[in-house]
Amino acid sequence: MLGIERVRELTQQILALSKADETEVLFTGTDAALTRFANSQIHQNVAETNTDIRVRVVCGKKIGVASSNDLSPDALKRTVDTARVIAQLQRENPDFRALPEPQPIPRVEAFVEHTANFSPEQRAQAVSVLCKKAKAQGVVAAGAFATTALEIAVANSRGVFAYHPVTYADLNTVMTAETGTGYASFTHADARAVNVEALADEAIDKALRSRDPGATEAGEYTVLLEEYAVHDILNFLAFVAFSAQAVQEDRSFMKGKFGEKVMSESVTLWDDGCAPDTIALPFDFEGVPRQKVVFVENGIARGVVYDTATAQRDGVASTGHSLPAPNTMGPLALHMFMAPGDTPKRELIRGIERGLWVTRFWYTRVVHPMKVLITGMTRDGTFLIEKGEVTRPVKNLRFTTSYLDALNRVRAISRETKLFINDWGGASRRVPALVVDGFRFTGATQ
Amino acid sequence: MRDIANRALNIAQVRGATYADIRIVARDTQRIAVKNGRVEALEQDETQGLGVRVIANGAWGFAASSRLEMSEVERVVLQAIAIAKASALTKARDVDLGEPVVSKGAYQTAVKIDPFTVPMADKIALLLQADEEMRRVNGVKVTRGEMVFVRENKTLASTEGSFITQEIVESGCGIVALATDLRSGEVQVRSYPNSVGRHQQTRGYEFIVEQKLVENAPRVAEQAVALLTADPCPSDDAATLILDSSQLALQIHESCGHPIELDRVLGSEAAYAGTSFLTPDKLNNFRYGSEVVNIVADATVPGALGTFGYDDEGVPAQRTDIVKNGLFVGYLTSRETARQLGLGQSNGTMRADGWNRPPIIRMTNINLLPGTWSVDDLIADTDDGLWMETNRSWSIDDKRLNFQFGTEIAWEIKGGKKTRLLKNATYTGITPQFWGACDAVCNEQAWVVWGTPNCGKGQPPQIAHTGHGAAPARFRNVRVGVIK
Repeated sequence: MLGIERVRELTQQILALSKADETEVLFTGTDAALTRFANSQIHQNVAETNTDIRVRVVCGKKIGVASSNDLSPDALKRTVDTARVIAQLQRENPDFRALPEPQPIPRVEAFVEHTANFSPEQRAQAVSVLCKKAKAQGVVAAGAFATTALEIAVANSRGVFAYHPVTYADLNTVMTAETGTGYASFTHADARAVNVEALADEAIDKALRSRDPGATEAGEYTVLLEEYAVHDILNFLAFVAFSAQAVQEDRSFMKGKFGEKVMSESVTLWDDGCAPDTIALPFDFEGVPRQKVVFVENGIARGVVYDTATAQRDGVASTGHSLPAPNTMGPLALHMFMAPGDTPKRELIRGIERGLWVTRFWYTRVVHPMKVLITGMTRDGTFLIEKGEVTRPVKNLRFTTSYLDALNRVRAISRETKLFINDWGGASRRVPALVVDGFRFTGATQ
Repeated sequence: MRDIANRALNIAQVRGATYADIRIVARDTQRIAVKNGRVEALEQDETQGLGVRVIANGAWGFAASSRLEMSEVERVVLQAIAIAKASALTKARDVDLGEPVVSKGAYQTAVKIDPFTVPMADKIALLLQADEEMRRVNGVKVTRGEMVFVRENKTLASTEGSFITQEIVESGCGIVALATDLRSGEVQVRSYPNSVGRHQQTRGYEFIVEQKLVENAPRVAEQAVALLTADPCPSDDAATLILDSSQLALQIHESCGHPIELDRVLGSEAAYAGTSFLTPDKLNNFRYGSEVVNIVADATVPGALGTFGYDDEGVPAQRTDIVKNGLFVGYLTSRETARQLGLGQSNGTMRADGWNRPPIIRMTNINLLPGTWSVDDLIADTDDGLWMETNRSWSIDDKRLNFQFGTEIAWEIKGGKKTRLLKNATYTGITPQFWGACDAVCNEQAWVVWGTPNCGKGQPPQIAHTGHGAAPARFRNVRVGVIK
């Protein structure tokens, strides 16, 4: 970690090297460690230190981007020069107006020293607890314990300087009990908040109850989706529906639906990068402060996220959801929330006459973007529910169903929520568990 | 580089490592993306650093840094050793790599035209021309094109005496047309040469020229628009299905390439990518497919995306039988896993995604060997079936048994001819049943080594670039049309 003053100095040094009309620097510093275990022992244990600069230069309306992780003076100059040469080869982008102007950025505490200094011994101790509990129950432990410290900064020639340090700890495990598996995970900015024993107990209990799964026929079921599964639903909505670019390109169901009912009345979804109960990042990769954006309020479609380019196209202000330049994907919601309900999670099962308990989804992919039609598998704890009780484990099932339709058939929402951070891209989601009717399963595995 | 490597290995040995290797990697990536007649992205990225892997107290440790300075080398080595000693707290047995591997040599991708010397303006012009050809077609909503060029230089040195330098060059490109109809809620896409952005090989700019993006652009756009009003793929629980070579390449990747990775077979990926139905008891003892199914792992195919000189443990690239006349006969192995299963020497598939990741078992080029049929004869021989082409969605369970794929486009085959255009095509099955129902594979004339530049695996996540040779093949009794 370089710290705010060193990062400020570095970004100013880079801006001073540029002779372009406008210049932007995105700095990312990473100190990341991950301890991976399988067969109840550590088999991979890694640490990484990296610093990366990404320079966007603007010459008139021509834009070029170059990046490097070499911070030597020669390399900084080379990177700026490369970006400028690329920009000069570029054709003019008539849509481009200007890099963002400085705006006040809320200060959000998201850095925990303890997490940043978490040692390999501390991670190994935690893994050791998991492995010992697993062995005591005759099950096999696998998983990963990651502790990460990041510092992200954006500076531009219009005076923007935004800096944010953040940490998170993420522990996940799959316990295997012969023919059964059980999953549990926990994410928090503070590694001390990880309750290793509770996590082990949750996964071991589920693995033991999953043994000797029986077959069940495909078809439509009422499902109790644990938070692990609901998290996946929000991921896809962010990608295929809640981006201004998806709406502008006519490939989001939100197009033409603002102000109309699109989901169950109990469903409220939003994005808030400054919230205290997420892995916060109060500005985007252009240095624009992140606004809270409500996507769906009590079932009614309300809004989508914007970056500078898509905002200019619609004549509105950016909501602070840009990805790093050059961004071809458009804006993306990185800190999504789903509003909790008023039912304790343990009581969600009541009233389900016949249904399935789904711990998590696996290998989910878009089959049809406009319908948010998704296919994927259940994994690590799938059970039959009969008359309000779990009666037996079942073999994993394939679903091909619309997540949009699912959120139109929400019967109950848990009071509790759980935080997740994605392996790929670092997006965080806070979600409750759900009961959904009419979830369509299209096959089973062996 | 040699000084840094020697220093790192020396410190590692002095401080108690029983094995150490260091990789020093520099990777340059150039990316050009156009969209709707404009250049959307022009970027040049460089990343460099070193990664040190050690065994100490019988367990693994790995540390990496972007700073190539002697003082940092020492810090990284000591960190790797400290991590290894922490790993040892849970070890059940010492890591055993088997016989030492001592490789010395150099490898360089053979390129006719170095893609980094081709003027950026020429690349932009080619993409914009293809984009313009697509936009001429009425009804197209979004057009995109992309080129990606990669040059990776890496040095590997180990305490066993290996010292290897390699330069791998990759070139990739693709175009996409998207058509939408808000009234029907239909979104259709066509890609060329392959979906998910591009097709890619370890070749120079000559690969880009050969793809003929401009010449194919009108067809791609016309098909995207035609799909909006095409009939949906019918549902059938026992259809005859012919897959084009690009879709078949992904089928091979997901249902053969991943389950033969011996690390996941032995449980290393249990919490993430999953395990495998191809358990050790099935080796040389399990019918994976029909007699016409022959699959090899071959890191030596010239120009293929999974081709290299040595893996990241210093094991020379090689060709290994995986499925022979339908029988499952081989895994992808590392030194440690090959030793664990008593399979002799590693077959050289350990690869890392850059300097900051440890090597793990990855696919090289997993190829379905060509059969005997011409494409025309195969279609003529099919009385009632479907032709599906270009992947649109893919999903498979954590043991690699239950899969479901969607393709961008399909045609009905009636009376030995491709007839009606079909949209939203999907098929699903169970891996050994599906390959067991393969009754025809097309010949070398239709065989292409497709590049998959986006294979995810591992924690922390790693992206591998893999190759898959395939020619169109026919499968019987396949469930198709899963979308309601």
